[in-house]
Amino acid sequence: MLTVKDLRVSVADTEIIKGMSLQIKPGEVHAIMGLNGAGKSTLANTIAGRDDYEVTAGTIEFEGKDLLELDPHERVGEGIFLGFQYPVEIPGVSNLNFMRTALNSVRRYRGEEDMSAAEFMKLVRAKAADLQMDPEMLKRFVNVGFSGGEKKRNEMVQMAILDPKLAVLDETDSGLDIDALKVVANGINAQRRDDTAVLLITHYQRLLDYVQPDVVHVMIDGKIVKTGGKELAIELEEKGYADVA
Amino acid sequence: MAGTQETQQQVAEITGEYKYGFVTDVDMDMAPKGLSEDIVRFISAKKGEPEWLLDWRLKAYRAWLKMEEPDWAKVDYPKIDYDDIYYYAAPKSQNKPKSLDEVDPELLRTYEKLGIPLAEQEVLAGVEGARKIAVDAVFDSVSVATTFREELKKAGVIFMSISEAVHEYPELVQKYMGTVVPQRDNYFAALNCAVFTDGTFVYIPKGVRCPMELSTYFRINTENTGQFERTLIVADEGAYVSYLEGCTAPMRDENQLHAAVVELIALDDSEIKYSTVQNWYPGDKDGKGGIYNFVTKRALCKGKNSKVSWTQVETGSAVTWKYPSCVLAGEGSVGEFYSVAVTNNLQQADTGTKMIHMAPNTRSTIISKGISAGRSQNSYRGLVKVLSGAENVRNYTQCDSLLVSSDSGAHTVPYIEVKNPTAQIEHEATTSKISEDQLFYCRARGLGEEEAVAMIVNGFCKEVMQHLPMEFAVEAQKLLGISLEGSVG
Repeated sequence: MLTVKDLRVSVADTEIIKGMSLQIKPGEVHAIMGLNGAGKSTLANTIAGRDDYEVTAGTIEFEGKDLLELDPHERVGEGIFLGFQYPVEIPGVSNLNFMRTALNSVRRYRGEEDMSAAEFMKLVRAKAADLQMDPEMLKRFVNVGFSGGEKKRNEMVQMAILDPKLAVLDETDSGLDIDALKVVANGINAQRRDDTAVLLITHYQRLLDYVQPDVVHVMIDGKIVKTGGKELAIELEEKGYADVA
Repeated sequence: MAGTQETQQQVAEITGEYKYGFVTDVDMDMAPKGLSEDIVRFISAKKGEPEWLLDWRLKAYRAWLKMEEPDWAKVDYPKIDYDDIYYYAAPKSQNKPKSLDEVDPELLRTYEKLGIPLAEQEVLAGVEGARKIAVDAVFDSVSVATTFREELKKAGVIFMSISEAVHEYPELVQKYMGTVVPQRDNYFAALNCAVFTDGTFVYIPKGVRCPMELSTYFRINTENTGQFERTLIVADEGAYVSYLEGCTAPMRDENQLHAAVVELIALDDSEIKYSTVQNWYPGDKDGKGGIYNFVTKRALCKGKNSKVSWTQVETGSAVTWKYPSCVLAGEGSVGEFYSVAVTNNLQQADTGTKMIHMAPNTRSTIISKGISAGRSQNSYRGLVKVLSGAENVRNYTQCDSLLVSSDSGAHTVPYIEVKNPTAQIEHEATTSKISEDQLFYCRARGLGEEEAVAMIVNGFCKEVMQHLPMEFAVEAQKLLGISLEGSVG
């Protein structure tokens, strides 16, 4: 589904990702673990197509398409979702309007009709209920005045509505108490199917207690230094990065 | 709300073109080019005006000759040659039609293309649930149609062109015209008094709540023509009216002048809600052409507990010079000003308000949202003045500027003059650049770059847009998106 080959990425002329490769197949959950500054978030932003992340070498293919040729919104249309480490506030724009605009933009990209307001309301209410989000939150402005947990929950609702093929979740677990963490984990697990894949970016093993990864990568200084099964995450937790690498 | 989605659709459909830039081909009856006493007499004669009005015009003309064009606004444009303008242009077919059947079909088609289906609207209104909107359509110098007049008349509401009102209700017009904006108020107001051609007259009698939205649609069509709109709205004791004006013009390389005077008078316990969606041709991306929108709008809250609320969405015009104001003369009266001004390419806007607190317990609110894109300049200029006899005045002002491009400018020029120590005046102002984080967040949810800008800008303007009548809010949201076309990158 996703093939990253010999990727090098610079931000403001500083090389952050220094040659990495990765392959994710449908049905798989991969976790990339590493300390702050290892280049994990840079990978997530590069996959989503943020400006200022300059790919200096290597390729990223998604379902056979050259991802680097596509604008960010086209990548979403192709089925990629980025869950933000720090979801952004958009004052004056209701969460409902935001989600509906997002969904219909994606549908239009795929040549589908807009979803009717009634159908959308049904969908969004169901997804909010699954993720135990207070329906009042849907009427509020996007992320404005949300707590850390509420913001992450909101990311999960957006993901559920857009139903991506590949979800890239950047530190979605950070700053959550245990209850919120469980809700987020449920959201991720609900997204887990034979035809979808998830790339979890985290530096704690904690989330992996609730979402079992198929593959774990350890990233240090812009490179993947070790790849293994879920036992690798536990080993990391016990021994620390220095010893594992 | 589906507004933003529609914005995007619209943006996709239109791809950068000013939608209303076409020209209607009809035979016109024109005054000779230029300005003189003879031209003033010509206009007055064309309209068959009474002597008092001709004298009034001439007085204004003579005053204007001695006045100087103001240059304090932060706008820059070549000197206007007032002798190179046609001051009167009316469709020849237009011999005061009594009903829509008599209106030139070419004109009806024009309004249909503009989305103002004059004839259809009457039919539409028959549909259950659809709210009625009465329209006065002003084409260059004359009103070509006014709908729902009879139905409004039954409620006692007078809604007609000001030219007709001069004949049918001379005592009302004479009593109120020029009482809020004196002839010598400013250069453009004096010019307007001398050569005004048409506009709308509204009178809501005592205790009447106007049964429908009233609107005027201004269209400039003929080349080199100036449009001198004159509108007068009077709300008698306890009356209520909501009024909206819309404006468009063809795309031309030459600049054209629209110099309007709008006067509102609110008597005891009455309320006037005045909304504007201004979409005059803004000129092309190199700043060629476009309308000079030099407008004096002022409300007199004459009665106690009266209220006037100005809401404006200004997206068009090459140069805008406009300060809808409230003179709060009645005790406990309320003035409000909600404004969104968008400038793109080389547009210049200098707009704001004046709140003059003359009486005790008067309150005013000013919310201004300026959005600057391209290489445009966007200024808020406002005055809050409290006279010494006005006890317990309150004002709240909030001016927010959003820069969409790094080559544009946002300026805030607030003046506060307080002569009474009991006044509570609050002023807040912010200026920010559109956030890369917000843009990327929207794009990472599937929105194209321009859709993302439209969504963020609409959110930024929310507090103002919610004051527009619902029928026009969606339209205005679309307009914001369209106005910012090509502003990214």
